Parts: sequence; C-alpha cells; structure tokens
Amino acid sequence: MSDELLAIADRVIGWARDDEQVEVVVGRSTETEIRVYEGDVESLSSAGTAGVGVRVIAGNRQGFAYAGSLDADVLGEVLAEARDNATFATPDEFLGLAEPDGVAVPTLDLYRESVASVPTADKVAMALELEAAVRAADKRISGIESAEYADGIGEGVVVSTTGIRSVGRESACYVGAYPLATDGDETKTGFGFSVGREPADLDVAAAATEAAERATRLLGAVKPSGGRMTVVLDPFVTAQFLGIVAGTMNGEAVNKGRSLFAGRLGEGIANPMVTLVDDPTDPRAYRATEADGEGLATRRNVLIDGGRLEQFLHNTYSARRAGAVSTGSAVRGFSSTPGVGARAVQLAPGDDDQPALVAAVGDGILVSSVSGLHSGVNPVSGDFSTGAEGLRIAGGSLGEPLREFTIASTLQRMLLDIVAIGNDVEWLPMGAAGVSLVIRDVSVSGT
Amino acid sequence: MSIPDLIDADTLSATLAEALRTGGDFAEVFAEDKASTSAYLDDGRIEELSSGRDRGAGIRVVRGETTGFAHTADLSATGLAAAARAAAAAAHRDDGRVHEIALVAHDVAHPSPPSVRPGDVAKADKVALLLRANDAARADAPEISQVAVSYGDSRRRVVIANSDGLLTGDDQTRTFFSVGAVATGDTGMQTGREAVGHTVGFELFDRYDVDELGRAASQRARTKLAARPAPTGEMPVVIGPGGGGVLFHEACGHGLEADLIAKGASVFAGRRGEKVASELITLIDDGTVGGEWGAYAVDDEGTPAQRNVLIENGILTDYMWDFLRARKEGRARSGNGRRQSYKFLPMVRMTNTFILDGTDDPEAIVAGTDHGVYVAKLGGGQVNTATGDFVFGMTEAYLIEGGQITEPLREGNLIGNGPKVLANIDAVGNDFAFGPPGTCGKDGQGVPVGDGVPTLRVTSLTVGGQAA
Repeated sequence: MSDELLAIADRVIGWARDDEQVEVVVGRSTETEIRVYEGDVESLSSAGTAGVGVRVIAGNRQGFAYAGSLDADVLGEVLAEARDNATFATPDEFLGLAEPDGVAVPTLDLYRESVASVPTADKVAMALELEAAVRAADKRISGIESAEYADGIGEGVVVSTTGIRSVGRESACYVGAYPLATDGDETKTGFGFSVGREPADLDVAAAATEAAERATRLLGAVKPSGGRMTVVLDPFVTAQFLGIVAGTMNGEAVNKGRSLFAGRLGEGIANPMVTLVDDPTDPRAYRATEADGEGLATRRNVLIDGGRLEQFLHNTYSARRAGAVSTGSAVRGFSSTPGVGARAVQLAPGDDDQPALVAAVGDGILVSSVSGLHSGVNPVSGDFSTGAEGLRIAGGSLGEPLREFTIASTLQRMLLDIVAIGNDVEWLPMGAAGVSLVIRDVSVSGT
Repeated sequence: MSIPDLIDADTLSATLAEALRTGGDFAEVFAEDKASTSAYLDDGRIEELSSGRDRGAGIRVVRGETTGFAHTADLSATGLAAAARAAAAAAHRDDGRVHEIALVAHDVAHPSPPSVRPGDVAKADKVALLLRANDAARADAPEISQVAVSYGDSRRRVVIANSDGLLTGDDQTRTFFSVGAVATGDTGMQTGREAVGHTVGFELFDRYDVDELGRAASQRARTKLAARPAPTGEMPVVIGPGGGGVLFHEACGHGLEADLIAKGASVFAGRRGEKVASELITLIDDGTVGGEWGAYAVDDEGTPAQRNVLIENGILTDYMWDFLRARKEGRARSGNGRRQSYKFLPMVRMTNTFILDGTDDPEAIVAGTDHGVYVAKLGGGQVNTATGDFVFGMTEAYLIEGGQITEPLREGNLIGNGPKVLANIDAVGNDFAFGPPGTCGKDGQGVPVGDGVPTLRVTSLTVGGQAA
C-alpha cells in the first residue's frame, strides 16, 4: 500500500536542486463513522483523505506548502510554492532537515487488517448494541445524545534529501456513548467509551456501564462550599492535566522563553514520587507510533525522574537550537511543518487503588470531570483554573455529588503538591495515560 | 456574484441521480475549494510562510432518519460518482428508478465581498506587517521577552447542489492577524494577546493599524505582571463592551441549536414563548452582518444567511435550524447549517451572535458595583447544554472595589449556569461592540464565529481564582 505513497514522495524528491534540502510528507487515511439514535442509524460516513506537504530549506530559509490531494499535477505546484515561500523567511542557521541518527525504528504492530475487513453491518451492530446497553443500564437514563462507532486507518511516509525514508501505518477504532440521565426535573450527562486497534478489542459492555454511571452519579449534585482542600483527580482528569504539564516541556516553547520550566533542567520541580515519561513506543498508548513526523525513530523519553526535571522534548530544529539532539518528538500532519509534542505521557504508578487513596485523604473532593482547560490554564504563566464536577470525600468515603465549582492553583505548585499516585493506570484515547492522582492545597470555589 | 465554477451543472445532476439510486429521498453535493496562506513571526524571525490548498466534495444521501455520507478529493465525474455510491450505500433499498435532477441556479450576494483579494497581494507585503507589529510590541517595553505574530488569509469557494433542484454557492474571503506577547518580571511570566479577523480581504489593514495591535498585546501582558490572584467565589461580574460575547455563545447560544433541542440535550428545549432571560436581553444570531467573522452569503447547505431573533426582551422566540431539523419539523431553515469543510456533515451552528444595546450608562454600571470583577476580555469557553453549566476564561480582568476598577487580576475561569445567569443580568449598557474573531468547536468541527455585547452586569457568577 505504502509503495504508492513512497513513489509520490520519490518523484518530488527527484526534482530537488543541489542547493536545497527537500522533505516530502505524504499521508492517506480512511475513516468510518457510524452514529445511531433511538435504534436507527442516524449517519454513516465513510471517507478517504490524502495529501502531500513539502518543506524546502535553501540558504538557511524555510518554506512550506501542502495540498489535500495526491494528483500528479499538484505535486510540482506544491514544491514551487514551498520554494517561493522560503524566499520570504528570515535566515536561521539552526534550520535543517532531520538526518538518520542510528536509533532503530521500533516494530510496534499498530495495524490490523480487520478494521477494513469487518463488514460495516457489524460495526453498525456494535453502535446499536452500545446504545441499547446504556439505556438498559439504569432506569434514570432518559436519552442518548449520541452513540457511535468510529474507526480509521492512517498511513504516511516521510522522505527527504537528507536520507530519511520512513513508512508507517496504524489503525484505531472506538465506540462511545453520551447519555442523559434524568431524575425529576434535573438532567445530567455522562460519557463512556472503549478504544482499540481493531473492532475485537472493543468492550461495549464496559463502555455502556461507564457511560450510565457517569451520567447518573451526578444526579442531585450540589455546589460545595469553597476553601483550600485536597483533591483526588480521576484518571480521565489526570490524563488531561498531564497533557498540559508535558506541553510545558516542549523544547520549542522552552527555546523561545514560553515555558515556565525553561532554565530549570536538573532541578526538583515535583514531589520526589513523580516520574513522568513520554513513551510512544508503548503499543498500549493510543498515539503510539514507530517514527515521528520527521521520520526519526520514536523513543522513551524521561521528562521528570524522581521529581527532578530530566529533559525537554525536541524535534530536529528545536534540538539544534538548544544544543541537544532530537528526542523523536516531531508531530505534524501533511498540512504543517513539524512541531514538538508529547504522544504517550505516563506517570509511574503508585501502590494504592482509588478507594485506598480516598480513604487516606479523609476529607476533600474527587474530581470526576473538568471543563474549560483550554481557557482557564495558561501554560506560560502556570495559572490553572478550571470548572469541575465530582463527589465529596468525607470520613475517607465517597459522598454526595458536587457540581458548579472550580479548582485553581498553579501548575508549578500542583506538581509539588502531589501527595499520592494511584495504581489504576488507564489507557485513554488521548496523549496521556490516566491514573488517580492526589493533590493537596487546591483552591476550590463554591458557595 | 456568480456561483463558483468548481463542477459543471451536468456533472452535479448526474452525481445527485447516482446518489439517489438506492432509494434515498434527498441527496446533496457540497463542493469546496479553499486556498489559504499563513505567515508566522516568532522570536524576531519570519519563521514560516505556508500555502495550502484543499479541494473536494462531500456527498450525503438522506433516507428517512438515516444519512449516508462520503467525501472525495477527486472532483471528476468518476470520483464524484464513486463517492455518491458510497454515501448511498447507507440506504439499502434499490428502487431501480432512474432519477433526473433539474438544477436551478440561485445567486446570493455575499454581505462583504473583498475589495482587495489577499491572493493578489505580494507575500512581501504580508511579511512586512509581521515585522511592524513585532517592532511595535517590543518598543519601549523591556519587560517583553517574546513576541509571536501571525497572519492568515483564506478564500473558500463552495458550491451546493441538491435533489430539490437547488444550485447555489458562495465565495468567502477571510483575513486574520494576531499578536501574542510574553512579559517577564519578578512574578514570573504573563501573556497578552490581540487578534482581529474579518470576513473581508486585505483591506482589513485599512481598518486596523498593526502597530496598534502590537502595542495592545504588549500592554496587556505587561499589565498582568502586576496582577494579583483572582478572587474565589460568587460575586457580581461586569463584562466590558465587545469582550464578552462568548458568555452568550456558551450560556445560551449552543442550547438554542435545534439538533440538541430535538434530542432533549438542552435546558432550553420546549421553552419557546417563555421568559428565559432578564427583559433587558435581546439575543440575535445574524450571518448577514457584513465583515464579521461568522458572515456568509449562504450556509453550507445553500440556505441564505439571515438575521434570527433568538431571545426578545427576555422571551425565547426561536431556535437555530439546519436542513434536517427544519425538514423534520416542517418549518423553514434559518441559515445555520454549517460544516468545517467538505469532509464533514453539516449541523446547526451559530454565525455572529450578539446582544442588542440597552439604555444604561456603562460608567454608571461600574460605579454601581460595590465589589466584584470587571472582565474586559473573556477567552474561550465550554458548555454542557443539557445542564446549562458553562465555563469561560478571563484573559483580561480587574477588581472592582467601591464602584471603581482597581487592580488587574491573573487569569482564571468563570463558571455559571446558563438559565440562571440570563435571569441575573441587571444592567445592559449602550456601548455595543463586536469582539475578536472566534472558532467555535462542536462535535470535532471548528467554524468561524463572531460575537458582541455592550457593557453588562451579571449579579452573581462564580469566579475560580487562586486566592483563598
């Protein structure tokens, strides 16, 4: 399959001039998405996307162009446009394409033929089964806003005049439901999902149970009284928190003075129990991948080791500017130049499960979901404030549901204020794995 | 304006006929050709100029309650026919009939056609704007440690044809500019941003001086260096003109989208004709406001944009509608069927959503507030339409003490519940302004939207600060 994509990339590379570096990224994906509503298929989408992106570096200037098409006649145009764009950039001595660095590309087995071969009717059946199971799970389930099955196959190649030649192919599939639960005139929502590499990996029953539980457990929620207290973050919330923390360790942000951890390598920035790694070679991770966006092997990178800031993530450019080497952390699609990003962040787990953590906390709040992370967290200043819902922790047990409150602190303080990490690692469809996390001295607003 | 020439009428008719072969009762071709340019300055350097081209068509077939959809980047008759068959596969009832679709062209004038097409402007002129804004943001401001400047333009040409015989299109040009500054001081780093974006061409820069935009971003970051942690708890909040349209976008806009109403996933379901807000509130969604970020001639289903009154003097008058929901209810569409690109199905979306002027003097609103928060600019937000609970960020805010705006505050979120907040608005000023351009996300699709408000006061919102 990927031979065709390589041939397209090779064709463009063949047009490169002696005085320029050229990198071609060719990507292609197919997706199926099925939504069901009240026992019927509401929509069934099947689609293919393909495109090519070309980066040119000439005279220490970089230009880029892309097209959402693999037509032979657009390839020349894209290259010409990238060349022209390069002439307007400011020269930068650190620019340069990735070169093979000797790190072996891992074999992760991320593709399953069955995503394509399982009949659409079977996929529809899974979505219908999920919707029915959520409805049956609890009599307070009053409706299902959406229940869906989705899968995708993505393949991509990166070829450059500097010797990069990388090929990758991955598959993923997902079922998810968003139910409404009603009691009297009060309505609450929840969600549940299951992800995998192929349909057989999906656990429809578990997704249904989770969706119904999340929707019903907040019925009757009250607004808590405010104050500073200890919070336990549910694995799903922790994963979102870790994604933001990893963003502050982006070498590009560090180089440009946009990271609150710039200049702090080797210092203690978190409680000593905290070890944080980004490991896209872990096949359990949703965004596991063999090669990064510049065609270099992905690798396990330790970001925080025993509370100490160990290293930042880099692509080729940010590494050269920082006097470091690429950590294989270039992220991109065919429509953009490579940025820097974490793909599979995980916190080294502790020994206790969530009930034990809750018992040890005594009094506080279990935060089951947060909203407004994109608007209430500033990764440059570290200010952290988010809307939240959850359950009261009283006398070491979970109590009444709580809503319409905020939790606030700063990223710097939250890392130092971590007091316990659970053993309940959950692999989620995002760039970080979840685990229960206990943070003390968080400001809670309420009545 | 004429309909863009992306696919000829005969091919569109043939594609629609192919799409209906399995018994669908409605078929539609949405073709799109989007060309975009972006330029980015960071750390004092022009880092990148990027050009992109996305072209393709999305085809949907509706049979009863089921929609089949497929998209393709191949706009040839064969490519379109293949996509039509894929979309039709969701409707398994081969009726063996041969369909003939006669298309009638409807030209709809765009509310703000560009006077200077960005595609006709030299790249060097775009780059020069970035350098000027960077210099202005850094001038006489030693605290400014970093500046990023971004320019973007796009021309999106669309053609919509459907089996009801409609053939229409639009040619949408948008131009955008933003400056982000980082200030560093004893208290750490703070950020300031200023962004402008309009559904216009390069004449955007006749209206805005990029030096001013650079200075505004710089000033915002520097002011926050002296900011104290925001307070925590419930208190009155005054929203400044143009700075808080997102409040209504989140607090009630999404909850008035007919697709969520139909599924019972909105606190506003079944409440037409009822009082849902303070009588001071009249809420409009209007895609015809020339130049605003959410403006267009026709929506992504071919319905002309229109001015829709959603709440009038506190009474809920109507929801927003797309093709499917309007068809089911047997009523007219409202021009709110939008999609991110040809790769997505359309759904009900807002355009430019705003509150009409009231009669209060803005200064008197602040003077009449003993203790609270003044929010000059809100950031992004999020809402759970089923519960009405929403959240949004304050990117520029100040303390109000004794009727005076005093100290700047660090960033934080505000939270509230839509119906409660709408009822708790006790003052609306007469100084309406549109706000900065926004991207509204729903179900994984982002579309450009505008918003606006005059100064107004909410008697009680929860401020999520760090102060104890």
